[in-house]
Amino acid sequence: MSKRSVADLKIGERATIQSFNDQLMSLKLLEMGCLPGAEVCLHCKAPLGDPICLNVAGYCLSMRRSEAATILVE
Amino acid sequence: MGNPNAGKSSLFNQLTGLRQKTGNFPGVTVDKKSGTWPLDAQTTATIVDLPGVYSIYPKSLDEQLVTDILANPAHPDYPDVAIVVVDASNLHRNLLLFTQIADLGVPTILALNMLDVARDEGKEVNGARLAMRLGVPVIRINARTGEGLDQVRKAVQGQLLQPTLPAKLFYDPAEEIPELIGETREQYKLDNNYLALQYLIQHDGFSFLGAEQRQGLDTLIARHDFSEIKFQANETITRYKRIAALLTEAVTQQKTDGQLTWSQKLDRVLLHPLWGYALFGLIMLLIFQAIFAWATPLQDFIDEGVAWLNGTLKETLPPGPLTDLLTDGILAGIGGILVFIPQIGFLFLLVALLEESGYMARVMVIMDRIMRKFGLNGRSVVPLISGVACAVPAIMATRSIGTRRDRLITILVTPLMSCSARLPIYTILIALVVPNERVLGLFNLQGLALMGLYLLGLLSALIAAYVLKLVLKTKERSFFIMELPTFKLPRWNNVGLTVWESVRSFVWEAGRVILAISIVLWVLANYGPGDSMQQAEDRVRAQSVGVEAAELDNRVASERLEASYAGRFGHFIEPAIRPLGYDWKIGIALLSSFAAREVFVGTMATIYSIGDGADEEGVTIRERLKAERNPTTGGPMYTEALAWSLLIFYVFAMMCMSTLAATLHETKSWKWPAIQLVYMMLLAYGAAYLTYQALS
Repeated sequence: MSKRSVADLKIGERATIQSFNDQLMSLKLLEMGCLPGAEVCLHCKAPLGDPICLNVAGYCLSMRRSEAATILVE
Repeated sequence: MGNPNAGKSSLFNQLTGLRQKTGNFPGVTVDKKSGTWPLDAQTTATIVDLPGVYSIYPKSLDEQLVTDILANPAHPDYPDVAIVVVDASNLHRNLLLFTQIADLGVPTILALNMLDVARDEGKEVNGARLAMRLGVPVIRINARTGEGLDQVRKAVQGQLLQPTLPAKLFYDPAEEIPELIGETREQYKLDNNYLALQYLIQHDGFSFLGAEQRQGLDTLIARHDFSEIKFQANETITRYKRIAALLTEAVTQQKTDGQLTWSQKLDRVLLHPLWGYALFGLIMLLIFQAIFAWATPLQDFIDEGVAWLNGTLKETLPPGPLTDLLTDGILAGIGGILVFIPQIGFLFLLVALLEESGYMARVMVIMDRIMRKFGLNGRSVVPLISGVACAVPAIMATRSIGTRRDRLITILVTPLMSCSARLPIYTILIALVVPNERVLGLFNLQGLALMGLYLLGLLSALIAAYVLKLVLKTKERSFFIMELPTFKLPRWNNVGLTVWESVRSFVWEAGRVILAISIVLWVLANYGPGDSMQQAEDRVRAQSVGVEAAELDNRVASERLEASYAGRFGHFIEPAIRPLGYDWKIGIALLSSFAAREVFVGTMATIYSIGDGADEEGVTIRERLKAERNPTTGGPMYTEALAWSLLIFYVFAMMCMSTLAATLHETKSWKWPAIQLVYMMLLAYGAAYLTYQALS
């Protein structure tokens, strides 16, 4: 399990952001406060499990599963 | 300016009050809003409320506006002073944008808002320390209650007289790439390193640069082997590092106990697979019930008031063409629209409440997956829902959708959502054919019929989107990264201003068109080519010897109308609309409402009050339509089949010039409004035909 991403988290699970595997998407995510080393927590999922809501940098951020899959965690 | 949900619009409303100007159209904040603010006895400031952004690098068209203004000192809206409103409970993310704006060399004021929320979360912000470290004036405000407005005034005056600018840039790109920045500054005569970096990274989006200037920048980038994406990522990370260091000094954070806030607990319910949708459905149902049930007493009041005024004027004024024009022409047309103020007010009120409370963002989340199936985006929900108010601001609201194709599809299908201009038509026709009864002891049958029409609009919008998704192929990726704001109690003055502004512009914009068309129509309906109308009257009088006076008057009036210009017009198109069950009178109303569908009801009112020979006083439009007889069958003209055929026609028909103009403006091509017009009209004709044939 070397390449886990935020999309693999369970509700309530915490993880630390390690890197991104999509450069263009990472620009947007960085600006929203998803920095390498920051802690994220999967807060809840929309019906059908997509999009998901993360707690990061002290607020709630929602994104699609496909976008969450570009955020790799330790 | 500031992040979304930081309280910009609240501060803007506090400062400008009713001295605001929005675009020409009713709706929510999408376009540039500006207002005046008396700064001191001699000076009046113009304040512009810019769209909320997270950074100076835009991800969608409305975000582009902010960058366009800030990167171009020659822009007419370039600020003398920038007030950056930040959410103190999330300074970390909010300061990213602030440091970028300050680095561009604009005299800036940092306004700390939502300090109460921060305190509840155990954060104490030291404003003086922030001011010292950032090198700009920092003020504490509460945009909700209006605290700190005096400090805003003082700080703005100070920045105007003697700008305080930071001694050095928060992040200076010349630390990393001194030669490239130096050359860019020299070549483009810029005096700011960060602006030079913006030229390098964003010049493709800068409309104020010529083609040659852009090519020059491309050459510079190629020569220095500069990688924009890497550099930009690095800039963001560096800024955040410095902000984090700054905040450990300026903010004291008490340990929180890690419990879920009530906002987070609420999310667990609102985004629940079952309860989330159930609640959304219930809220929508409530809105339609409210529009019908609560507004009715007010509407009856206005309706009867207009009818009474009409009757009184007819009695007191000397009879003649001028009195007729005033009562049957102008007053009948205007009255037709005044009646709908309560409903439109309620609609805008409820939509504004959903936006203000933060619930709309949750709706986007639960709808994204479904919307994606139809080639739309969770963000399309806002245009679709505000399309229920008016398609014009809704189409402008699509600017927040970052993906080109998602945006285009949303624009094309939004007018299928039943807008408030259709409401008058729906209301009158539903009241004619649907009984005013309760089902299950709870729901009003007319309210349910109304909701059915709205659902039909929504369903057809989704199907149209699906078809467009199959037609329009793209390689571009669609994305959906969005902040979920915490729930807030709506600020009543914000809601109130939105409702006031919408109703005012609805009455003003629609009222002017309707007034003009009412007058033209009255003339067309009262005059005919040559003496044809007189001939018609003589013929009727000759034919109906021995008929009662009132009945005779009716026949004369109706024959005269038929012989008028308007009547001839109606007869001309009658063959085309006969299959839908419409006669020439409805034909006149259809034609006159081609430019704006809300004219339909006013036109019907004018036509039927002219067509009614006997001077009955105090009769409402609804009663007039009910009394109308079908000349061939002798039964009521407005049968269920006809009413439903008309209703269905108006659900689909693209009868609004302003919407087409908005589509043209937003897509910058004649092709899309043309496609929109044709597909919707074909849909309307086909569906109305099927309805009439099935029901009659």
